[in-house]
Amino acid sequence: MATSTSKYAYIDCDPNLCVGCQLCEYICSFTKTGEYNSYHSRIRTVRVDEVLITAIACRTCENAPCVIVCPRDALTQDPVTGIIDINATKCDGCAWCIEACDFGAISINPQTALAEICDQCKDEPDGPQCVKWCPKEALTLTTPDQRAQKSRAKLISETLNIPQKATDPK
Amino acid sequence: MYGYSGKILHIDLKTKKNWVETKPEEWYKIYIGGVSMASRLLWENITPGCDPLDDGNPICFANGIFTGTPVPVGGKFGLASKSPLTGFIGDSLSGSWFSIALKRAGWDGLVLHNSCDNWTQLFIDDARVQFNDATYLLGKGTYETEEAIRDKLGDEQIRSCTIGLCGENLVRFANVTNDGRQAGRTGHGMIWGHKKLKAVSVRGTHGVTVFDPKTLNQLSFDLSKSAQGKYTEKYRIYGTSTGLLSTNEMGVLPTRNFQEGVFEDAELVSGEYLDKHHKVKVIACAQCPIACEQMSMVKTGPFAGAMTGIEYESLFANSSNLGISDMRAAIKLITISDQDGMDSITMGVTIGWAMECYEKGILKKEDFASKAHPEGLELNFGNGDAAVAVAEMIRDQEGIGKILAQGTRIASKVIDEERGTETYKWAVNTKGLESAGYDARTLKTFALGLATGTRGGCHNRSAAYDPDMKGETNRFTVDETRGRVAADSEEYAAVYDTLPLCKFIRRCFTGKADRAGAWPAIAKLINATTGWEFGYDEVDLIGVRACTIKKAFNIREGWTEKDDDLPWRWKHDPFTKGPSAGVIVTDEELEYMKDLYYKAKGWTEEGLIPKELLIKLGMPDVAEEIGV
Repeated sequence: MATSTSKYAYIDCDPNLCVGCQLCEYICSFTKTGEYNSYHSRIRTVRVDEVLITAIACRTCENAPCVIVCPRDALTQDPVTGIIDINATKCDGCAWCIEACDFGAISINPQTALAEICDQCKDEPDGPQCVKWCPKEALTLTTPDQRAQKSRAKLISETLNIPQKATDPK
Repeated sequence: MYGYSGKILHIDLKTKKNWVETKPEEWYKIYIGGVSMASRLLWENITPGCDPLDDGNPICFANGIFTGTPVPVGGKFGLASKSPLTGFIGDSLSGSWFSIALKRAGWDGLVLHNSCDNWTQLFIDDARVQFNDATYLLGKGTYETEEAIRDKLGDEQIRSCTIGLCGENLVRFANVTNDGRQAGRTGHGMIWGHKKLKAVSVRGTHGVTVFDPKTLNQLSFDLSKSAQGKYTEKYRIYGTSTGLLSTNEMGVLPTRNFQEGVFEDAELVSGEYLDKHHKVKVIACAQCPIACEQMSMVKTGPFAGAMTGIEYESLFANSSNLGISDMRAAIKLITISDQDGMDSITMGVTIGWAMECYEKGILKKEDFASKAHPEGLELNFGNGDAAVAVAEMIRDQEGIGKILAQGTRIASKVIDEERGTETYKWAVNTKGLESAGYDARTLKTFALGLATGTRGGCHNRSAAYDPDMKGETNRFTVDETRGRVAADSEEYAAVYDTLPLCKFIRRCFTGKADRAGAWPAIAKLINATTGWEFGYDEVDLIGVRACTIKKAFNIREGWTEKDDDLPWRWKHDPFTKGPSAGVIVTDEELEYMKDLYYKAKGWTEEGLIPKELLIKLGMPDVAEEIGV
């Protein structure tokens, strides 16, 4: 399984809480393009089957493969935030970054044919809009420390192996 | 125009030609979307009087006004054809992605004419229409078919309406399914199967724009947050199944084919039991922040692994109504109906009818012989294994399954003619549509709503059980208010079914579900989406118009006042137990209430619609054809 090696914050989705409503995609595409359109969303919900549901956006990997692989140097990573920037003038939509990304977090906009990626709504005063809108609080912008806290909790619950009731919805 | 593209796509399944029809904004203001627009498209495109299985009966889809926007629970579409179960309007709603894809492809509606020559998977790729061979999909379940199409066409965002084995095998109450949701009840799946249409798939890549996105976003955001509070708690925590203990307490929970209204093992088949023992996860339709679908799984026994979303209506029909107290059998039955694509209410009520026939000695063990059970089945109430076997026989049209696959009205007629019996007395349907999970003997306003309902015995179209159960009316008696109450409740529900918005949002506007709270809030959503200037009255008229076009359709298809009737059992056969014992709806009561209802609607004593009324509602062409 692909694991992120990010030392930065990224938008994380708790699959136990995500119900697959896609409101994150609506508000993401609206924020970025002024239209509601999943194809332009930088966060994508995934339904592997009827109950395996989650959402995925850029994981801000350290030494990000997408940045390294780009043949036109269109991708750069902010050393402070880890956010990947795609320079629309340099990008020619070759999709190598998509090939390199273990998380499927980059997509090609069907209208412009250029690559797009989550920038954590860095220009929005109230931060990532998907996090703000998520009705089930499944989406969070987490730092490595918060992720460590989650991992500890997960480890304990798995180690103790006490049968758990399905998570009640928020 | 905002919120709409103004375009309806027509496709001829036989000649494979397609054409675009444009509609003026005024037309949208009358018919809006969902059930109303789908019914109107059917009115315009059907060959009047045709058999439901004729080529002249088209498949009509209509999107919603809010589909593809962030307005909570607005991702739904209406589907209409003439119903093979009732011979009248067959209007269904279904939620989730399909409608959104259709809107993003640029279509407000879709009309499919004629039939395919070979099994077809229709692919609407934005503006392009493709006819694909569906042979590789035959025999696949509903969800499985959707996945197989996505795999084959290589895009996870392709959404499909499909039929399962039941539609392929022409079960009269087969459903059309999309994204794990069903356009249920009136037998759309049989029509699709007859047209050799296995699936309609859509890829929509365009954006949806609205008149005032800033306002719409704020309204949607607030509504979405409100939908996390106490107003939707019932749906989010236990789902609709939590209603089972309440109906049991009131003595209106259909039990053993509507013979009684209380079930001694109600606890074991309650939403609470389901939550504790079977719930896997709660999921949502696309565009819905509530999330009510309680995905539940059988974990032990012969049905282990069966999993589907459990709703109150599916649950009553396949548990208490069959005398089944083993939740695992009920989940298995509902899983069959969902995966193979048939209506879980009609399936359960039909098996209930067969169980009563068996217990009364009319149908014998050997009547239920099949390949799997050559010796037959002992179909007593409570026998979950036998019920599952019979559901599979219905799906496969095997043995007596061929008769049961016609629903209770035709099945009882066949058996009564063959054996000289009177099994129609416990065939619990209205206009041929099996009744939902509120026994109407002691819900008298609801009884009127069911009798007059245009699509038959349906709790979604008449919401009149609500005032009866809440005590706003005396549920045991009739009085002069009932015509108005039934008309109001039907028109109220039709507003939601036409926008469409899921009714589960109804309390989230102001905390109350009444018109005074909801209509002004809904008007704001409409205006921000379209730029129109709707107010309370215009929103209220949406429901009146929806009910009117459906009724007009039925009149043109030959409806007479005699068709507004109730199942024999409710008129003659009272319960012996529980708080609703001893009560029936007499013919006098029914006729009295029908008169009140026609009057409240502004119709004639025969239940026909005056020309002036239709003209006033903006339907002059309908007035010309059926107005009196």
